[in-house]
Amino acid sequence: MKLLIKTAARNILRNSRRSLMTGSAVAAGAMAMLLFGGFVAYIFAGLETSNVQRIGHLSVFRAGYFLFGSGNPSAYGIDDYRRVMKLISEDPVIGPLLNVETPTQSLVGIAGNFSDGNEASKTFLGVGLIPSERDRMQQWDEHGTGQVRAPDHRLSDNDEARGLVGVGLARILGLCHPLQVSDCPAAPERGAKVESPKPRDDLVGLAQLEASSSVEKTDKAPHLDLLGATAGGAPNVVSLVVAGAEPQGVRELDDNYIAMHLALAQQLVYGRGEHKVTAIVLQLKHTSDMPAVRARLKQLFEQNHLDLEVRDFGELAPFYVQVVAMFSTIFVFISLVMGVIVLFAVVNTMTMNVMERTNEIGTIRAMGVRRSGVRSQFILEGALIGAIGATAGALLGVAIAALVNWAGLSWVPPGNSGAVPFRVDVLKHPLLMSITWLVLTFVAIAAALIPANRAARLSVVDALRHV
Amino acid sequence: MNQTATQAGIVPSFSAAATSNGVPPSEAAGRSSAVRLRDAAKTYRTGDIEVPALRGISIEIPYHRFSMVVGASGSGKSTLLNLIGCIDAPTRGSVEVCGEGVGKLDDDALADFRARNIGFIFQTFSLVPVLSAYENVEYPLVLVGAPEAERRRRTTAMLEAVGLSQHAHRRPNELSGGQRQRVAIARALVKAPQIVLADEPTANLDSETGAAIVQLMRRVQEESHTTFVFATHDPHLMSHADEIFVIRDGTLVEHRRGDGRSDA
Repeated sequence: MKLLIKTAARNILRNSRRSLMTGSAVAAGAMAMLLFGGFVAYIFAGLETSNVQRIGHLSVFRAGYFLFGSGNPSAYGIDDYRRVMKLISEDPVIGPLLNVETPTQSLVGIAGNFSDGNEASKTFLGVGLIPSERDRMQQWDEHGTGQVRAPDHRLSDNDEARGLVGVGLARILGLCHPLQVSDCPAAPERGAKVESPKPRDDLVGLAQLEASSSVEKTDKAPHLDLLGATAGGAPNVVSLVVAGAEPQGVRELDDNYIAMHLALAQQLVYGRGEHKVTAIVLQLKHTSDMPAVRARLKQLFEQNHLDLEVRDFGELAPFYVQVVAMFSTIFVFISLVMGVIVLFAVVNTMTMNVMERTNEIGTIRAMGVRRSGVRSQFILEGALIGAIGATAGALLGVAIAALVNWAGLSWVPPGNSGAVPFRVDVLKHPLLMSITWLVLTFVAIAAALIPANRAARLSVVDALRHV
Repeated sequence: MNQTATQAGIVPSFSAAATSNGVPPSEAAGRSSAVRLRDAAKTYRTGDIEVPALRGISIEIPYHRFSMVVGASGSGKSTLLNLIGCIDAPTRGSVEVCGEGVGKLDDDALADFRARNIGFIFQTFSLVPVLSAYENVEYPLVLVGAPEAERRRRTTAMLEAVGLSQHAHRRPNELSGGQRQRVAIARALVKAPQIVLADEPTANLDSETGAAIVQLMRRVQEESHTTFVFATHDPHLMSHADEIFVIRDGTLVEHRRGDGRSDA
């Protein structure tokens, strides 16, 4: 074996230029796979982080909500959700793995701005949440992406009337100026104001009724009137003090989004009835615990005869799954291209080596080396070229990744509302490095197999006659 | 050189190696011939044309002799040596080497048989270019699985015997033609094989170096009692031979002993 390795290494050095070219092809392949793999890994980590910060790892719904409930959130609320939350948080398996457990209420309705001469209304998609718990969820950064958001003081657990809207919705409802939102154009002045029919018994009337009876507007922040339907089908109106606007990345969401205090959302959806929630959101300390927690939740619900179901963030945010699938496919495609390049480079080099050393092959065969010995010799040479090239590629990849990360570049990924750092995470993913190294070395070995077999099958006499 | 070889202990090491090869010298000596060919024919096919290289040759080469196969270029000498060296198979007839009917052995068994029993010296030296003189000589011992200490002892002694101790760590491209062929001789003999086959070993050397190489082989053969089969087209070298086989057009035309007796 020692002789085999020595001979292989020296033969590689003997044809140094050819070996260098082939090794460079392997190194380029390794580098491309690592850099793209590192970038993709960073995208995955970033997407996972933003999703987990927003919707947690797992959401517990009343059975059927995921498929049918969004059209009628009030009918699919979780009864006695505080008991369920306690059951979950006190479970000895799940409890230690939990980072945040928080209830949310989804709702739909119509938002109207009828103050200061505005008469704009728009359907909205709302979510009711507990502000402090949302802030805690946004601190989650298991992968160290740096996407942690500072606590949002515009909302408070103690002020149930305040909420946030999407920048798009703020624009549509004429809130850009009062909220001082940048990059948010105000509606153009129209020539003659269209008179609304009077008397009005529509949303304005309901809003006036609601305003006079319940919420006292104590600050100068603009407010919206939110019209919804209660569980019984009766119209209901609440007033929302708009504390700010935040971009949502996706235009459809940006034009419809309202975040409000859970209590306000419950008031709109359930009125004076029992306040339920749409979901109990669970954010775990580690994503890897997700399958175990999910399995335990299922067991827990069965034991307690609870008609609940669990969905993970991949199911709730299919965009994440689609992006992961798309980048994974591109990564596989690039790896295949690199693999084919390496394959042909090594086949070419090893074929030339076999041709040049035909007489040597005849000599060692005559001396008593078996066919398998000749085969092993050339396969080992291919493997060494592959291993050395892949190692060099890995080192170069790590160096370039460090350079890119050091440069402090940023970009706006699809679906993101703002720029994030452009990073290439190579060193954080030893598995990616190991697999890239192994794949390219294996490809080099596979490429050497064809010329190695040809060398092994040579007739000794013909090989000795070869000049 | 003779003194050097004796001092280096070449002769005792050859005996030990022969025993380790499974064919003790006494047993080998008990058999009549190291090589026995019966009606061996070899025909090469080039497209649709068949070219007979050997036309049914029967020959017996005795043990421990310096035998010479003499013939013009294209007479079939190399083909005969290829059959004896078990690197080619006859189209017809049988080949027996060291008492073994090699026709029944598969490729791996033949490779092992060659590794144990046959040493080759080629016209073009055929050293492994990336290995030093020492490593080239050591190579056959690695193939037969000799222990490292034994390899070192034999390789060093053999290089000393052929006068190349000072050049042990040089690569073949750093050696002259004569030195390369000395390395090849050392490589062929280091494992103490039953038979050494030398196919025109002086053809690529000048006459002076060629003569020195033949003398070296003759001397080493006398010391080691190895069976040498030496193919040449040069009739002047016949004076060195114990046995002379003259080949013409793939047929044995004369078998003459060094003492002048002739069988044909």
